[in-house]
Amino acid sequence: MQIHKHDAIIIGAGGAGLMAALYASQGGADVAVVSKLYPTRSHTGTAQGGIGAALGNLDEDKPIYHTYDTVKGGDYLTDQHAAKILAENAVEAVIELEHMGLPFDRTSAKRISQRRFGGHTRNFGEELVRRACHAADRTGHMILQTLYQQCIKNEVNFYDEFQVVDMIVVDGAVAGVVAIELGTGEFHIFHGKASFFASGGWGRCWSVTSNAHSLTGDGAAIALRRGVPLQDMEFFQFHPTGIYRMGILITEGVRGEGGVLINSVGERFMERYAPSAKDLASRDVVSRAIYLETRAGRSIKNRGYMHLDVRPQTVNRYFAEEGRDRADFIDESMVERKLPDILDFCRTYLGVDPVHEPMPVQPTAHYAMGGIPTNVDAEVVIDAAGRVMPGAYAAGETACVSVHGANRLGTNSLVDLVVFGRRGGMKMAEYVQGADWAPLPRDAGAEIEAEFERIRQGAGKSRPGELRQLMQETMMENVGVFRTEETLQKGIEDLAALRERFYKDLQIDDKSRVFNTDLMEAWELGCLLDLADVTARTALERKESRGAHSREDFKQRDDENWLKHSLIYQSGALSEPAYKAHFDKKVDLSLWEEEVERGLPEAQQKFRPVERVY
Amino acid sequence: MDVTFKIRRRNPDLPDLAKPYWQEFLLKDVDPTDRVLEMLHRIKWEQDGSLSLRRSCAHGVCGSDAMRINGVNRLACKILIRDVGDKVQVEPILGLPVIKDLIVDMEPFFDHYKQVMPFFVNDDPLPADGRERLQTQADREQFDDTTKCILCACCTTSCPSFWANGHYVGPAAIVGAHRFIFDSRDQAGGERLDILSEPNGVWRCRTIFNCTPACPRDIEVTKAIGEVKLAIRKGTNVGIIETSAIH
Repeated sequence: MQIHKHDAIIIGAGGAGLMAALYASQGGADVAVVSKLYPTRSHTGTAQGGIGAALGNLDEDKPIYHTYDTVKGGDYLTDQHAAKILAENAVEAVIELEHMGLPFDRTSAKRISQRRFGGHTRNFGEELVRRACHAADRTGHMILQTLYQQCIKNEVNFYDEFQVVDMIVVDGAVAGVVAIELGTGEFHIFHGKASFFASGGWGRCWSVTSNAHSLTGDGAAIALRRGVPLQDMEFFQFHPTGIYRMGILITEGVRGEGGVLINSVGERFMERYAPSAKDLASRDVVSRAIYLETRAGRSIKNRGYMHLDVRPQTVNRYFAEEGRDRADFIDESMVERKLPDILDFCRTYLGVDPVHEPMPVQPTAHYAMGGIPTNVDAEVVIDAAGRVMPGAYAAGETACVSVHGANRLGTNSLVDLVVFGRRGGMKMAEYVQGADWAPLPRDAGAEIEAEFERIRQGAGKSRPGELRQLMQETMMENVGVFRTEETLQKGIEDLAALRERFYKDLQIDDKSRVFNTDLMEAWELGCLLDLADVTARTALERKESRGAHSREDFKQRDDENWLKHSLIYQSGALSEPAYKAHFDKKVDLSLWEEEVERGLPEAQQKFRPVERVY
Repeated sequence: MDVTFKIRRRNPDLPDLAKPYWQEFLLKDVDPTDRVLEMLHRIKWEQDGSLSLRRSCAHGVCGSDAMRINGVNRLACKILIRDVGDKVQVEPILGLPVIKDLIVDMEPFFDHYKQVMPFFVNDDPLPADGRERLQTQADREQFDDTTKCILCACCTTSCPSFWANGHYVGPAAIVGAHRFIFDSRDQAGGERLDILSEPNGVWRCRTIFNCTPACPRDIEVTKAIGEVKLAIRKGTNVGIIETSAIH
């Protein structure tokens, strides 16, 4: 096996990985970015609407308001000190992105333009605020391109199309990772003082998803298999507006520009569910409302979808009703200019022109709030007390800081990856200066190589594609927006049966080495099965409803018993793993505790966990 | 409807299949609104797992699945069956070495991109107030079109000049340079114009226009190349793009 030696190994080349690469290399570390995709293919590039930062370019705004929205949006499971860091660092991080050349849209004062987004408010919920800094509806694309370009400028080492499949742990510390070079099928060892997981989410556990085919949670599954717990896995966000049946994301920015959700009787139903924020309530609230409307028989054609209407006449009618200034009214050319990609998707895939017709939308599996637990410097922590695993880092969707709590606010994924990618990169540069090289075990890589050989030789009858589809269907049906003990039990049983087939009856057609995507997809399916399993199991144990986790048999949020994070551990053989979930990690409530200490009366406390009203 | 796929294949690992060959697959129950990518997945997942292709986002943003579909460069995820009919021929994009089936070696393509300084350069001190650099929306829109590039290689591998000479940087790299040359905040426009006035730069473009319809992002590629040519001839990046054309 070829061995590559670099101070810092970064796994994944999306926003978090590239941000970490830039800052770690600027901090003097020898960095290698190892990614299964060419960097510009990463899923950060599909983020649309914007990146939240309290720049105050159009409305009065402060980081503390952004902190409040993030905590409230997370249904109070958000760690408050982390949310504060997120909101404060967001401002400088966005400015730095602009300094790197990111082409944000501009205001008439030549500053970065900002738009409204769900759950983002001024003065602790008083009114919606323009906070999402945007470049048309392709903000993520611009972030990804800009960071990749800066990495080229800074001559960062890239190992493109090298898929990381295992991590090497020596005496409780990470000594590197094992990867397959896709072009040759050869195994390589990346020996590093630090390894940084920025490998993205696992939306491909579900059948309707906005996520790329490559989002199979490799990094999180690898960590789980090597003894790292995963945190808050029961919280997975369904974005309310995916294109009907396809799941392709329609940005919340559509509603930020005035678009409204309409049911089959022509009603703007969000007025009933969220009288103040309406269509721009947080995503969990809107997704549930769509399901409830569907159950009440008010989905379009009774097929489980709603209309998202951004036609100027509709938007302006509601603007007029709300008494908005005529200057805010929109016209067709504005829709074209502000939402070009959305129009393109609808025209291409649906033959629907959103300027003249409403778009058919349904909730789509979108974002993992949970993941590899880290502290605010992206260091991986492996227990409730926050013990750091030396040499291990994680940021972006694969990590759980936790800034998103039980439900992430729109734009905060981009904020998360630039803020914690950056902090982690800096921290890692510092760490590798003082750290020694852990010697590699003699048999490093042997175990995973044997596992791949087992998969490659698969001569059973179950194709990975079929198993994956069955997994996605059971997750959609049983571990989706609404859950009960019964559905979750069913999900766990189905997953066990699929796991049995995956380990005993797999069929692989491609036995060759070069670009064996049959083999890689099968291995990725194994990752998805593990992540689906821990999602269903933690969801079963959490007997309350909070944020994106809605238990119909436990409808209320229960702060007394459940205001805490889950940590789930896996042990045993991959084919028959044992799981243990703990609910003993405290939520950081430090901002509220400060308010109490300052003697603020309850009514004036902003960070006290209260019922969420939008 | 039934659709027949005829796919150009090779597997360098298997001596019998190392030479390129065509293979046909029949798919039943195809909906006209299905994406070509979904159909390739159906072939891979239901009939032959060894069919190899790159793909990721599946909605035309990541740029992984460029291929030649019925003789034209397309992203498989952005083209529907109703656009191509019931006989679909799929080949790897041309001009780059084929590794396996629909997968080509992208390294030469990215090497060309890296040659044109595709990154923002501005060595002035940062604004003293710690805030963003200023730019008017009109200046921002000058280079909007070329910011859309996803480096899928549809344009470059549709270009006869690139087919004839693989050293030509190609349309995508020029688009990548254009994005910075016409950014009012950038300072390395002159250096990029120097690079592109070299023999393998813009002058290899014969204005054949294949690149423009090939672009899945609707970038006016040939126009962008023309603007770079004009900037080289005039020795300046100022006044090349007519701002009056921008709302």
